[in-house]
Amino acid sequence: MIELAQADLAQAASAGEAVFFWILAPIAVAGAVGLVLSRQAIHAALSLAITMMCLAVFYIMQSAPFLGFVQIMVYTGAIMMLFLFVLMLFGRDSKDSMFETLRGQRLLAVVLGIGLAALLTAGLGRAVSGLVVAEPSGPAGQGNVERIAEALFSTYLFPFEVVSGVLTVAAVGALMFAHVAKKGGPRGQREHSRERFAPGNYPGPKPGPGVFATSDSTATPALRPDGSIEPASLSEYVPPRQLTAAEAAPKHTEGRDS
Amino acid sequence: MNDPLWLMLVKGVLVFVVLVLLVLFTIWYERRVVAIMQVRPGPNRNGPFGLLQSLADGLKLAFKEDLMPRTADKIVFIAAPVIAVACAFTAFSVIPFGPEVSVFGIETELQLTDFEVSVLVILACSALGVYGIVLAGWASGSAYSLLGALRAAAQVISYEIALGLAVLAVFFQSQLMSTGAIVEAQAEGLPLNLGGAEITLPGWYFIVLAPSFVIFVIAMVGETNRAPFDLPEAESELVAGFATEYSSLKYASFFLAEYVNMVTMSALAVTLFLGGWAAPFPDSWWPGANEGFMPLVWFFGKVLAFLFFYVWLRGTLPRLRYDQFMNLGWKVLVPVSLVWLMVLAAMNIGLDTGNELPTRIAFAGGAAIVVMALIFFWPSRKPYEDPAEPDTGLGGFPVPPLDLAVPPNPRSLKQLEPANTSAVPINGSRSTDEKEEE
Repeated sequence: MIELAQADLAQAASAGEAVFFWILAPIAVAGAVGLVLSRQAIHAALSLAITMMCLAVFYIMQSAPFLGFVQIMVYTGAIMMLFLFVLMLFGRDSKDSMFETLRGQRLLAVVLGIGLAALLTAGLGRAVSGLVVAEPSGPAGQGNVERIAEALFSTYLFPFEVVSGVLTVAAVGALMFAHVAKKGGPRGQREHSRERFAPGNYPGPKPGPGVFATSDSTATPALRPDGSIEPASLSEYVPPRQLTAAEAAPKHTEGRDS
Repeated sequence: MNDPLWLMLVKGVLVFVVLVLLVLFTIWYERRVVAIMQVRPGPNRNGPFGLLQSLADGLKLAFKEDLMPRTADKIVFIAAPVIAVACAFTAFSVIPFGPEVSVFGIETELQLTDFEVSVLVILACSALGVYGIVLAGWASGSAYSLLGALRAAAQVISYEIALGLAVLAVFFQSQLMSTGAIVEAQAEGLPLNLGGAEITLPGWYFIVLAPSFVIFVIAMVGETNRAPFDLPEAESELVAGFATEYSSLKYASFFLAEYVNMVTMSALAVTLFLGGWAAPFPDSWWPGANEGFMPLVWFFGKVLAFLFFYVWLRGTLPRLRYDQFMNLGWKVLVPVSLVWLMVLAAMNIGLDTGNELPTRIAFAGGAAIVVMALIFFWPSRKPYEDPAEPDTGLGGFPVPPLDLAVPPNPRSLKQLEPANTSAVPINGSRSTDEKEEE
């Protein structure tokens, strides 16, 4: 009787699993196709994230909840987020260059891609078909997490540590590439002060943009707080010219100052 | 969890309703508490004590015009707030509100769902919630949104690490990853044998794992983008951050997600460190305190206390600068959590009476030495030393001395000359008054 109930339960579970599988599997495949076909890099990244999440749900359905949630946290939450970061900084309008340097590579790529797909499908199909889903091995009463922990920290301890070491080295190496060493320590008050009062440097504060300007014309120089002209504000392309006395004199155009 | 389907549905709807009500309440609560801290009344017009203020605000937001920038990426622009809200609500589904109760003759726990690794659901949801922020910023097609999103995402991702490490200590101590089981594990006291004297510490993890609790609370504030870590939308400095281009219901849903996250994080802190739904006093005081629906009072009381803490922080602390904030996260919280985890593991081996005595002494002593070394060699800022002699400068150019004493302000020294001003009317208003009198 109990066995029968268990069989019923297993059947119900597998029925639920099947329903979820047939809902999620097309979404996962659609995500993968979208990754390849989408024009925008961000859309491609999002499609990949969708596929990853579907895979995570598959793991959870196969009674590996820890693996499923770690997949969401690590792959979707951390790694894809880093991709998104980089893609966002590229700007939205940047497009891939469609110029082909290798002649006929498209045709070759399609042929080889189909070949690879056929090979993978055949190989995986042969390897997977006829497999029976086994109960998790190990002593009874041990949970999913305990089993993973035991495997990671006993059987696979050395490979695990080696992989983490390799990843750390890669991260530090990437940092080293991007890092630009600063020359010397931070400049203190003394150095700043000397630089400011060095010969050839105007020691006062530089005029703020537009603060002293009565006009935004390039012909109008900025004035320093003491009223003299700030040379940095003069355009090097517009030659300075002083009005002659005749030019500067009133023109009697308004009939007031006769 | 073998609930019938209808009970699951009821629970799901109840969790949703409770969260929405809590959000409406929290907004009002926050505004009132901050107002009291700043000696002003706060919202007090709509409904009793202004309780309906947030409802009115929400309705008003919903009726506003829904704008979409021309440069926006339409699908992602709409999907972003949906992702934010969905992740925020999903995370709450594994929070236990209370013990087993009987509902219409069915024994069930006051929790939507629980399984082996349910704490990870909350962490996964907060990891996915970042997508809402990042995509909102990117899809708006505006530089302000993009920069705001980058700030927000960098902040949330950085503090997620410290948060995860703090939660890891709870996993270490309880050897469990399920929220309900962690609450039950905290109900038992921690027996400690100190030189023959048996002491039973309270089992709540905020005592045993005090460093983790502190790190968790700091990281949790950073994770929810709340003051003093509200850099992504620093109200007085930036335009709404990643939500710059959003309006109407879409903007409201980001707001909703933020407050739901606040409630979820408070509830998670209560669950992991403050004994969950357990009553905050020994069982012997009131034997029935932890049975039936009574624990709901303790649970929501603790959550509200945490929300008060959030508001208190907002009312008290000034906002951090971005680099200070990142330094705190990466250079203080993460290393301290890592060292604390190692110390905790060593202490657990050292205090375990099943091990041999030399092993125990070695591990406990090693942990103590690491802690002492950390306190001793903690890098501190070089103290400022006064220069021995004033700087004479280079080549005779004047350089202000480093020990410059500011001379007294001449204006404050000037004596006012006694003037005969009383006969003259000081301002126009007085003269008009006089005219009217005439």
